Amino acid sequence: MAKYLLLKHYRGAPAPANDVPMDKWTPEEISAHVQYMRDFADRLEETGEFVDGQALAPEGTFVRYDGPGRPPVTDGPFAETKDLIAGWMVIDVDSYERAVELAGELSAAPGAGGEPIHEWLELRPFLAEPPTITE
Amino acid sequence: MNEVLLRSLTPSVLGILVRRGADFAAAEDAVQDALVEAVRVWPEEQPRDPKGWLVTVAWRRFLDATRAEAARRRREDRVEEEPPPGPAPAADDTLQLYFLCAHPSLTPSSAVALTLRAVGGLTTRQIAEAYLVPEATMAQRISRAKRTVSGVRFDQPGDVATVLRVLYLVFNEGYSGDVDLAAEAIRLTRQLAAAIDHPEVSGLLALMLLHHARRAARTASDGSLVPLAEQDRGRWDTASIAEGVEILQAALVRDRLGEFQAQAAIAALHADAPAAEETDWVQIVEWYDELARLTDSPVVRLNRAVAVGEADGPRAGLAALAALDDALPRHTAVAAYLHERDGDLATAARLYAEAARKAPNLAERDHLTRQAARLNAHLSRQG
Repeated sequence: MAKYLLLKHYRGAPAPANDVPMDKWTPEEISAHVQYMRDFADRLEETGEFVDGQALAPEGTFVRYDGPGRPPVTDGPFAETKDLIAGWMVIDVDSYERAVELAGELSAAPGAGGEPIHEWLELRPFLAEPPTITE
Repeated sequence: MNEVLLRSLTPSVLGILVRRGADFAAAEDAVQDALVEAVRVWPEEQPRDPKGWLVTVAWRRFLDATRAEAARRRREDRVEEEPPPGPAPAADDTLQLYFLCAHPSLTPSSAVALTLRAVGGLTTRQIAEAYLVPEATMAQRISRAKRTVSGVRFDQPGDVATVLRVLYLVFNEGYSGDVDLAAEAIRLTRQLAAAIDHPEVSGLLALMLLHHARRAARTASDGSLVPLAEQDRGRWDTASIAEGVEILQAALVRDRLGEFQAQAAIAALHADAPAAEETDWVQIVEWYDELARLTDSPVVRLNRAVAVGEADGPRAGLAALAALDDALPRHTAVAAYLHERDGDLATAARLYAEAARKAPNLAERDHLTRQAARLNAHLSRQG
């Protein structure tokens, strides 16, 4: 009963073992990958562990305040090294071990050659409500 | 329409259906149907025997659902299958339901969800909101749990400790959505205490009441955490404290000590002090010793170090702390506090900041960051 965020990165994480860009896959391999992700989410809903998940566009914009009366500043173009989030999923599980197990399963989504990508996923716990009984 | 009355009747109605031989999942669906029917019909005419009414309607629903064809063919026969009119049996099956919903074959989150639904009578939507998950996910969690326990024999004695752990989890879950889970946990524990004579059930109920009594004082109006020592004791619910203490004392005289009674005794000693500095820390340390003997939990020994720090001074507290694994949750926060009390503000400020980074929730992180900032501001004024 703790929530975790599974983060997929475009960049910033170590390269996956099966590191072939998606546009080099066959259409069938892409379909299999998408289906794997969908089945994974469906299965988590059935086990009562699914909370939410979305995919994100590869290009984001950094924005900051630039003083009173001025429009916010945006940066760009992006440097190659900048970390970007490709997508995320939130799960609600009974233990950290279960969260690691599920992240491992998601990382095994098939890629080129139908082989698992071995993609690195970042696992981040949510901050929870403070428990009522503390002392 | 009295929603609380309906909710309180749910478990015994469900228990009666299951004892008559209905499959748990089907019985649960039938009871939910009967509750919906009650919400529709009762505002016009509330039956004299609400429980008997619910049993009759739910049993009819169960028969309709599981034997639709037979029921159609033998409509006349149904009269014989219906329960005799009049009040429901006095024997209370609620207890069995608690055991079933907290069955060891269920994961903690499934046991909690099933207990709130079947014993608590909450809707799936209410439970989903309380735990901040989608309703579809919670519905699946509950139906899986029902499938898991549907083969469990109902005549085996259950494990009270498992039930208490589930209720404790519900109580500790905080507050979101339109159901107050702490209040719900108290209601269910009260109901359990009425059905079973067990000092640990009383211990847990006392513990909940004593903590619940301080709830209004635990957070400031901006939502920030107020530590026990700084709480406005005028805002504590004295009726709830008195009830908790009374229940605890009745349990303690039976001389079957368990961890919930010991925890409640500590909470009672806190609640009993008119001011923080009048807290009987020596007795609290003794209770922590009992608790450590009962559970051998590292968290208990960490809390004991805090109490030792108050009873015998911060150096003694730090010595007790040194014996414990510093990877324990809140270990750093306790060290920071004891170093501050010992006058080593620089170390305390550093440890508070470190503890804030490790805090498991936002309210604690904000609180610890504020402590570090307070000491840092003080140190820079001095320097």
